[in-house]
Amino acid sequence: MTLSEFFSMNGYGFYVWSSFGMTALLMLGELILVKKHNRTILKRLRRIIRLQAEQETSL
Amino acid sequence: MSINWFKYASPASFYPLAGKSIPWFLVCAALLSLFGLYWGFFETPDVLTEQKEYYRIIFVHVPAAWLSMWLYIVLVAWAVIGLVFNTRLSYMLAAAIAPTGAMFTFLSLWTGAFWGKTSWGTWWDWDPRMTSQLILLFLYVGYMALQSAIDETRRADRASALLAIVGLVLIPIIFWSINCPDPNQCAALHQRSSLKTVEANILTAMLIMALAFWSYSFGVIFMRLRNLILERERNSKWIKPLVEETS
Repeated sequence: MTLSEFFSMNGYGFYVWSSFGMTALLMLGELILVKKHNRTILKRLRRIIRLQAEQETSL
Repeated sequence: MSINWFKYASPASFYPLAGKSIPWFLVCAALLSLFGLYWGFFETPDVLTEQKEYYRIIFVHVPAAWLSMWLYIVLVAWAVIGLVFNTRLSYMLAAAIAPTGAMFTFLSLWTGAFWGKTSWGTWWDWDPRMTSQLILLFLYVGYMALQSAIDETRRADRASALLAIVGLVLIPIIFWSINCPDPNQCAALHQRSSLKTVEANILTAMLIMALAFWSYSFGVIFMRLRNLILERERNSKWIKPLVEETS
């Protein structure tokens, strides 16, 4: 089996790769989004902690 | 040895535990996916390669459909535990499961459409299983919408938990929607099937992919759970050293 034969899937390539492609896209995309959200939360929490510390020292 | 399960019901002790397990689940998911895809594309019988190549969609379609239903059952289980024991972490788990469940429900419909187009000649039909699966997607979305529509977390948790429990009735409907008693009365595109009738290699690839999706779900749901814990428990004392540690 050649590479182009593999990708053509006997003419069903569009259907097969649309299914597998969307699955990969959504699963990887979900992982990346959740990871990104995690960084945003940590950044915000760090800023809050810093602000609180600054307030305490200025009192 | 007795384990005090309620110890892990506290977000403070579950947070590091979940954190440690995430890489393992994700690595397992990646390895199982590679193995499952290899088996699905190269170890399947020749009957597939001759004409029905579109059949390979089964390796993502069926695992996604299974997960969409299982995750809903697990979501409801945590919602019930939350209502009974009033534990914060249970509600957070339920909330963390919903987006992943919705994603798998959408994927089952999407891959089903591409399969349907090739084998039945149509992207969509109001077949009982497809229709009930579409309602499951709306249920997931409704659960998430209700949760985010109510500002007070505890009220939001309880209200959405009730919605999830009522929606559980849909799961047996999806499961038995293929058992149409009279084909003349309800034309079902999804026919009665059994795992015993599936060819061994196809079944192997399908089951490996299902395990991969399970493992992925554990990993990504624990990641989302940790985000929820950070957001909801941000005023707790134990959060502070943990946040400083990451900087």
